[in-house]
Amino acid sequence: MTGMSIRSKLRRSWPGYVFLTPWLIGFFLLSIFPILASLYLAFTDYDAVNAPVWVGFENFQYMFEFDYRFWQSLKVTFLFVILSVPAKLIFALIVAMLLDKGIRAVGWYRALFYLPSILGGSIAVAILWRQLFNADGVINSALAVFGIQGPYWLSDPNYSLYTLVVLAIWQFGSPMLIFLAGLRAIPQDLYEAAEIDAATPSRKFFAITVPMLAPVIFFNLVLQMIEAFKSFSGAFIISGGTGAPLDSLLFFTVYLFNEAFSYFRMGYASALGWVLLVIIAAFTAIAFWTSKYWVHYENERG
Amino acid sequence: MTDVTSNRLADLTAVSAQLRADRAVRAKRAAMLKHVFLIAASFVMIYPLLWMVASSLKPNNEIFGQLGLIPSDPQWSNYTSGWNALPVSFTNFFWNSAVVTVLSVIGNVISCSFAAYAFARLEFSGKTIWFALMMMTLMIPYHVVLIPQYLTFLQLGWVNTYLPLVVPRFLASDAFFIFLMIQFFRQLPRELDEAAMIDGCSPFKIYWAIILPLSLPAMTTAAIFSFIWTWEDFLGPLVYLNDIKDYTVPLALRMFLSQDSVSEFGQMFAMSVLSILPIILFFVIFQRFIIRGIAMSGMK
Repeated sequence: MTGMSIRSKLRRSWPGYVFLTPWLIGFFLLSIFPILASLYLAFTDYDAVNAPVWVGFENFQYMFEFDYRFWQSLKVTFLFVILSVPAKLIFALIVAMLLDKGIRAVGWYRALFYLPSILGGSIAVAILWRQLFNADGVINSALAVFGIQGPYWLSDPNYSLYTLVVLAIWQFGSPMLIFLAGLRAIPQDLYEAAEIDAATPSRKFFAITVPMLAPVIFFNLVLQMIEAFKSFSGAFIISGGTGAPLDSLLFFTVYLFNEAFSYFRMGYASALGWVLLVIIAAFTAIAFWTSKYWVHYENERG
Repeated sequence: MTDVTSNRLADLTAVSAQLRADRAVRAKRAAMLKHVFLIAASFVMIYPLLWMVASSLKPNNEIFGQLGLIPSDPQWSNYTSGWNALPVSFTNFFWNSAVVTVLSVIGNVISCSFAAYAFARLEFSGKTIWFALMMMTLMIPYHVVLIPQYLTFLQLGWVNTYLPLVVPRFLASDAFFIFLMIQFFRQLPRELDEAAMIDGCSPFKIYWAIILPLSLPAMTTAAIFSFIWTWEDFLGPLVYLNDIKDYTVPLALRMFLSQDSVSEFGQMFAMSVLSILPIILFFVIFQRFIIRGIAMSGMK
């Protein structure tokens, strides 16, 4: 009886596993094995030539106690996340609201605002950005029109990070599209009722739009935050691959890349990778945990 | 008395008509303001790209310190000389990028649709666990698995070939596309599978003859994004390709920066423009798919 059911179960199961085979192979070879390997390497000294040497917590101890570049890269990355993510989301929401109702040529605007996002990771755009923020580049020429003497954006460590923040904000297209879809889903009669009560636009925004949009805001926030923690190409190109000037563009991923592939400190770089994983997981967890207090889903209410 | 009432009524209607007219004027003005703002914003958004195109046609001394977009004397030669400015010609780089990208797109669409079909339409033991694990891989930053993956490919002797860039795509390494397709497959009516099953179709036949043809929009979306991301990919080629002959376009562009005497800015911009041209073309042609895909799934 049980033998029969296992056999029939197997007979029903095998097509599923056939279709799953490529993914299963990939999952073990490209996810599970590398994660375990990187966890092991994080506790070793390894130069990719000689066998890894077990050093226990030394990598982490060095990282936290002595490695000022580690702390610098954390600082740069956190600053980038804190500056770029909220600004990007605010822009995205403002433009999405402008495009929401009764605007002609919505398709055109949508496409134009989204185009920079689709070019986001390209090296061409990073190169372009380098030239725009040059000492005699377009940004400073534009500022000069208003009589402002712009700084040396790329060689002044006080300003260099802002160029990347601006680049990130310029690419507000994808959260904008998601906001737009979210705005369309808000029932119009809520606004009509508010109109009858003579609610001001700001009241309508905070009492209807924001709460109704909260799940979408949350979704965009988590997604953009994770993206921002991982961003690499722009910083790598604009800083000439090193995080210069004075490590002001030493993003965590740039530091990790250099430790691994310029200095072949593979063990230490693996430890850095785990720190990144923990940071992203922690921030995602915090976002989910706090969302209880400000995100309410439609179907929870009834 | 009736006179007074009717006068008042007339007043009231006049006032309300006035109010309505005011509101219409205000609405019109608001709409105008919106458009003015949006047009200005569009220009700001698109200006850097226009500036790149303009600079690709300018002589060096006109590029810097100039906001204007019209070159005084268009230097089309920037394109021809830029094409051959590096030790290896851009014909090579574009061909390399095309090979890697086309193979990646094929790999992604096939392997991810396989996995998605299994998760969305088939029953098998352990499905929930595998599904949860698949979703977890979405969260893992690439930088964590990068080093062991590199070491593995190094041992296999795959470094300096396209295999590390292409083979993972045939193993459904981008869980994002699996997720996207699952969402789509789930919307297709179950009755189709059931009817086909009663007619004696195998799951393989159902996948091939029913699910795939009906999922063309999802497949196209995945293919487009797969194309764009692979074409733009920088980190992968940076890690795995060391021989300039094998470089993809992004690596080649970077060489313009690492040259000591970066004097030919026009050439650099010309090649930059050409490098994003395929993406822009894809965007123009498939704009609807791309925008729907984003709104549906929240890709970057």
